[in-house]
Amino acid sequence: MSRRASRPSLPVTIDGEEYLAYEGETILDLARRVGVRIPTLCQLDGLSVFGGCRLCVVQTEGDHRLKPACATEVTGDLEVTTSTHEIREHRRRIVELLFAEGNHICAFCVSTGHCELQDLATEHNVDHIHYDYEYPRNTVDASHPKYLLDRDRCVLCTRCVRVCDEFEGAHVWDIAQRGSESRIVAGLDIPWGESESCTWCGKCVLVCPTGALSFKGRSTGEMVHDPEVIAFLSRARREGEWVGRKEQV
Amino acid sequence: MSTPNGNGNGQPRKLRFATAWLGGCSGCHMSFLDLDELLFDLAEHVEVVFGPLTDVKEFPPDVDIALVEGAVTNDDNVELGRAVRANTRVVVSFGDCAVTGNVTSLRNAMGDPDPMVRRVYVEHPDINGAVPTEVVPALLPQAEPLHELIPVDVYMPGCPPSAERIRNVLFRLVESLEAGQGIPAMDWRTPDDLRFG
Ligand code: SF4
Ligand code: SF4
Ligand code: SF4
Ligand code: FES
Repeated sequence: MSRRASRPSLPVTIDGEEYLAYEGETILDLARRVGVRIPTLCQLDGLSVFGGCRLCVVQTEGDHRLKPACATEVTGDLEVTTSTHEIREHRRRIVELLFAEGNHICAFCVSTGHCELQDLATEHNVDHIHYDYEYPRNTVDASHPKYLLDRDRCVLCTRCVRVCDEFEGAHVWDIAQRGSESRIVAGLDIPWGESESCTWCGKCVLVCPTGALSFKGRSTGEMVHDPEVIAFLSRARREGEWVGRKEQV
Repeated sequence: MSTPNGNGNGQPRKLRFATAWLGGCSGCHMSFLDLDELLFDLAEHVEVVFGPLTDVKEFPPDVDIALVEGAVTNDDNVELGRAVRANTRVVVSFGDCAVTGNVTSLRNAMGDPDPMVRRVYVEHPDINGAVPTEVVPALLPQAEPLHELIPVDVYMPGCPPSAERIRNVLFRLVESLEAGQGIPAMDWRTPDDLRFG
């Protein structure tokens, strides 16, 4: 948001209230700035936009398609609706599908109580899953000395992929395969512990919204992530907060 | 189905209340017992007609509310689950195993349970190396949530649901059925009533 003009100037309506938006702001940025809650999952402040989970969909006047708020820039005179029955149902279905396509045993998950997916289920009144569970046979990668990847809990949000590439510059992670076969892999599908590019920085673990990435040795409910750390790093980088040290040298 | 109120002699008829234990660890039943002194309040409104705590073998007719714990994982569960549905007005999917399959469904990703059963009963034990065919019911190919077997009216997630959650949901249901109003719309539940795990 360094491109931001000094004053917000674009009139945008959200759920009937009029606000002024900055040029280049996304609908999500604006909504958060003015305190309107739009649920998100793949989006994380500081990371590039992926726009893959579709939890953040909203309706804009004159367009029947739902749009991802995290990936849609505002335009002047935009009228946004963030929460109709249809939108909420759409989001609820997405949450349910995420449960159905993984193996989520919340009761014995390292992240229970600190999980964005579990919270989204509660927020969307998901009291059971209407879809047939897939029960996929996923693999766990425990080869890293410090961290663990349990693909049963992965929602393919790509936060780990992006943070490793954009902040650590290591680009350990990618998504292999397509569709329902998609899965997170280290390097060219090697055990994580054998990756020579992994610096052991732990950023991927901190940003993972679910119990898929954790510190080894954590038991049920003991894995607390810290995704906000990326917004902190991102701001520091943008504002040159750590440049001072260099100048002193 | 009997009427919700009255037994013809002036006394309000108590609701007929049952619990059933399918493929679960009985933790949900333990949590139910954690209602503690509220069990006395509940007993003023319901008569317990079936469950692990009664000595009744057949699921009885005309049950008003049944809490069903556990996933559907073997032949017996199928039979009991169907009997519950056929005889109950309000079936509550009680706890994560019933609602999602939960721990009981961990085996599903491994596919056919036979190799696992053989490993447990044939390859490892020192004596009687044989798969039991009597008393122990046969496993289904997969453990499924209750609603895959029968229509469910109310879902109460949690592993186990806390006594607080059970109180919120159950007492509200009892109140509503006693008032002859059937199942209340589910929007009265708070986020505390709705959480997996
Ligand atoms: S990742 Fe979240 S939703 Fe999945 S099992 Fe763990 S706590 Fe539950
Ligand atoms: S620990 Fe750091 S370097 Fe290693 S995979 Fe995670 S983000 Fe990348
Ligand atoms: S491992 Fe975690 S951060 Fe990475 S894609 Fe899966 S859920 Fe997202
Ligand atoms: S949060 Fe917008 S698409 Fe995922």
